[in-house]
Amino acid sequence: MTTIIETKKKVRLEIDGKTVLAPEGATILEAARAVGVRIPTLCYHEALSPIGSCRVCVVEVEGVDRPATACNTQALDGMRVATRSERLFNLRREVIRMILAHHPLNCSPCPKNGDCELQDIAYEYDLAPNDFGSYSIKTEEYPWKEFSTPILDYHPRRCVLCGRCVKVCKEIRGLGAITMAGPGALASIQPALADPESPSRCVSCGECMRVCPVNAIEERMGGGKGKPWETEKTATTCAYCGVGCSLELNVVNGKVVGVTTDDATGVNKGRLCSKGRFGYAFIHSGERLSKPLIRNEKGELEETTWTKALTRVAREFRRSIAEHGPDSIAGLSSARCTNEENYLFQRFIRQAIGSNNVDHCARL
Amino acid sequence: MTNSIAEIEEADVIVITGTNTTENHPIIAQRIKRAVERGDARLVVADPRRIDLVEQANYWLRQKPGTDVAWLNGIMHWIIKNNLHNKEYIDERCEGFEELAQEVESYTPELVESITGIPASDLIAVAELIGKSDKTTFLYAMGITQHVTGTDAVKSVANLAMLTGNVGRRGTGVNPLRGQNNVQGACDMGALPSSLPGYASVADDSARRKIAAVWGVDSLPSKPGLTVTEMMPAILKGEIRALYVMGENPALSDANITHIEEALDKVDFLVVQDIFLTETAARADVVLPGASWAEKDGTFTNTERRAQRVRAAVQPLGSCYPDWRIIQRLFQLMGFSADYASPEQIFNEIRRVVPSYAGISYSRLEKGGIQWPCPDIDHPGTEFLHAEGFKRGKGLMTAIPYKPAAELTDEKYPIILTTGRIQYHYHTGTMTRKCPSLEILAPEAILEINPSDAERLGVSDGDMVKVSSRRGEISLRARVSGMVEKGVVFTTFHFSEAPVNRLTNDALDPVAKIPELKVCAVRVEKG
Ligand code: SF4
Ligand code: SF4
Ligand code: FES
Repeated sequence: MTTIIETKKKVRLEIDGKTVLAPEGATILEAARAVGVRIPTLCYHEALSPIGSCRVCVVEVEGVDRPATACNTQALDGMRVATRSERLFNLRREVIRMILAHHPLNCSPCPKNGDCELQDIAYEYDLAPNDFGSYSIKTEEYPWKEFSTPILDYHPRRCVLCGRCVKVCKEIRGLGAITMAGPGALASIQPALADPESPSRCVSCGECMRVCPVNAIEERMGGGKGKPWETEKTATTCAYCGVGCSLELNVVNGKVVGVTTDDATGVNKGRLCSKGRFGYAFIHSGERLSKPLIRNEKGELEETTWTKALTRVAREFRRSIAEHGPDSIAGLSSARCTNEENYLFQRFIRQAIGSNNVDHCARL
Repeated sequence: MTNSIAEIEEADVIVITGTNTTENHPIIAQRIKRAVERGDARLVVADPRRIDLVEQANYWLRQKPGTDVAWLNGIMHWIIKNNLHNKEYIDERCEGFEELAQEVESYTPELVESITGIPASDLIAVAELIGKSDKTTFLYAMGITQHVTGTDAVKSVANLAMLTGNVGRRGTGVNPLRGQNNVQGACDMGALPSSLPGYASVADDSARRKIAAVWGVDSLPSKPGLTVTEMMPAILKGEIRALYVMGENPALSDANITHIEEALDKVDFLVVQDIFLTETAARADVVLPGASWAEKDGTFTNTERRAQRVRAAVQPLGSCYPDWRIIQRLFQLMGFSADYASPEQIFNEIRRVVPSYAGISYSRLEKGGIQWPCPDIDHPGTEFLHAEGFKRGKGLMTAIPYKPAAELTDEKYPIILTTGRIQYHYHTGTMTRKCPSLEILAPEAILEINPSDAERLGVSDGDMVKVSSRRGEISLRARVSGMVEKGVVFTTFHFSEAPVNRLTNDALDPVAKIPELKVCAVRVEKG
């Protein structure tokens, strides 16, 4: 028998007057969240280790002059932390103003409008476009830059240089296919190539797009437009490999326009591969069959009605059973269909046909 | 899988073989990488190709294709010889140890090196690593099963896992990674010729009687049916006259498709239910348009036995129907009643027929997936199997001699072709190739060829090459790469323009009836 020994020590600190017992090694942000104190953040993402690039999460620690960034400062025993003050408000506002100087607040045509972390925080800190005209250090559009994969577009002007995308690719994908390069506010996200000749390491999973707080990384051949408030999300299970990732199909006007995930759900906890995230366009492919087909006398397949098609099938099955016995019929079920359909299919072959000639392509 | 996906990160040693996990199961590959990078786990990759995970591996065993039983026996040889096996576990929980020990006795590292090409010192190091670790997890996929000796290789993995006490505990296990989303579920549901839903044998009278009672019939057939790989020859012999195919595309996915096409053309009546006019559907007498995955409700069961909900997000296209409705109509037209108002009602019947699903309900699935066995509504589901011992009493270790692949190379066909997938496409590409984003990433079939072979044949990177086997030929573009060893080429089966299964061998594993898709002898020429 193993006894689980609680090795983690606790630290006691005070945040906005509330006493917090946090495990040793926790950050101020984590400690604050544990007692329901909200500290605004931008570059921080729960699935990633702290980045500490945006300084939106600044707090005051008693006895320390310089405000500390809560997302990457360790909570220590005896600390007294203030998350709200006029000074902090102004500091945060300034940081966001700098970002907005760079990011066009042209929200109405943006598909992220209404579901954007930058927009939320600008709203919270009372910032509108005319508040930062004087900061406009980049008035011209950038030339469009090649990203690490041809299926994603990167928009440098929208990018808030938080670095989440670089982090997720390194930490979660274990790849490091992209990097931040260039001076200061003129930096941008670029493919990380050992040399210009080497192929991109990117596997087009779209994790970078998932964690981007704004709309700086976008599916180039997306399924269509849709604002968050008119998008219906249906939680389902991926149709491709046997891992069975959880995902949400985003539907606008009866059409699947994209795939999102929930960080807390399923075996994948928000992650997907390229098939799960981008493999939905087949649903509305013009090549889909929409009517039953039957082979005519000329030997061609032509459209027919359900009644005609199914009557023909039933007649042929009956005839084969009558003339050659039930084992003259075989059925191939599918490892892509649901349990319910597989169950019904084998029941059909065993009961209605009367044979065990039923299999699926598991062997292939 | 005997164990769960999350448990992979709890192992001390992760052995992966016959799975290019990064391409086929990217989300699992991430877990492996993380565990290795954190320094918590050591990674052993046994694969003829230099797959992505080789980069992270502590050991890479590059066996010749089709020699899995030999290296596995070699590992066991060393473990037993050096007393690294788990005697207590074996005494308590297994049988057949003596026979196994006797069989592997002759598999010295030197002999194994001569069969597999794996240096004796590497084999020894890996044997020591596995033998001395507390928790080893074994992950494998079609790379070891798609051989004439596939069942043997799977049993050998199980032998090694039992020998080292790595079954029935957290963070260990024998873990096949299922390629298709619902292979596990299709098997659980009895879409198999010799087992009923829940895996009872069709020859088991009482199991048949129990199910017949639920279905309201007097009797059910007891003679085992034909597997997919036996159906096609049976058609050619005139024994099967009508074939009903739902959502599969054997005209591209099966070995030796020239032979399959002949069968599909010969069969008196072919009905295909699919969402696209696939290569198979194009040969049908009647084609029934099914609803796509986004248009129907139901459940899938993933590779770790977790049943999860599938939910309709949009209405079926045109006059398409979900597959269950089509089958239900056919039931009625054949003179039977099958009254289900929804997939949930079908699922509730499954719960009565398959004991391991009894406790899973749609309302419970609202809160997330549940892993079977889940015998009753209060049962939380089962993370790993065999915790309380094996179902059959004692775990059976089987002595397995190494047998060479069915098809060997010769002067005319000097190169071994092995097949697999890439992460941007799925199976025969019927869905993924209709997605522009995925198609642009991988628009055509690529033949991977080793630089030294390429040089000898005068092939440069990007050239078109002709590949032929004893069964057919295809042409595709070459990529010169160290991914494959000298004398081995690799390609995928996603592309109908370069249907690799024109070349593959339909020789079958005698037990599992899996064709030898992973090894066939070919000739490669420029042009
Ligand atoms: S798509 Fe995936 S692999 Fe490519 S840059 Fe983004 S996170 Fe990295
Ligand atoms: S692309 Fe998005 S995630 Fe990456 S740095 Fe820019 S804003 Fe952050
Ligand atoms: S959230 Fe802490 S620095 Fe960005």
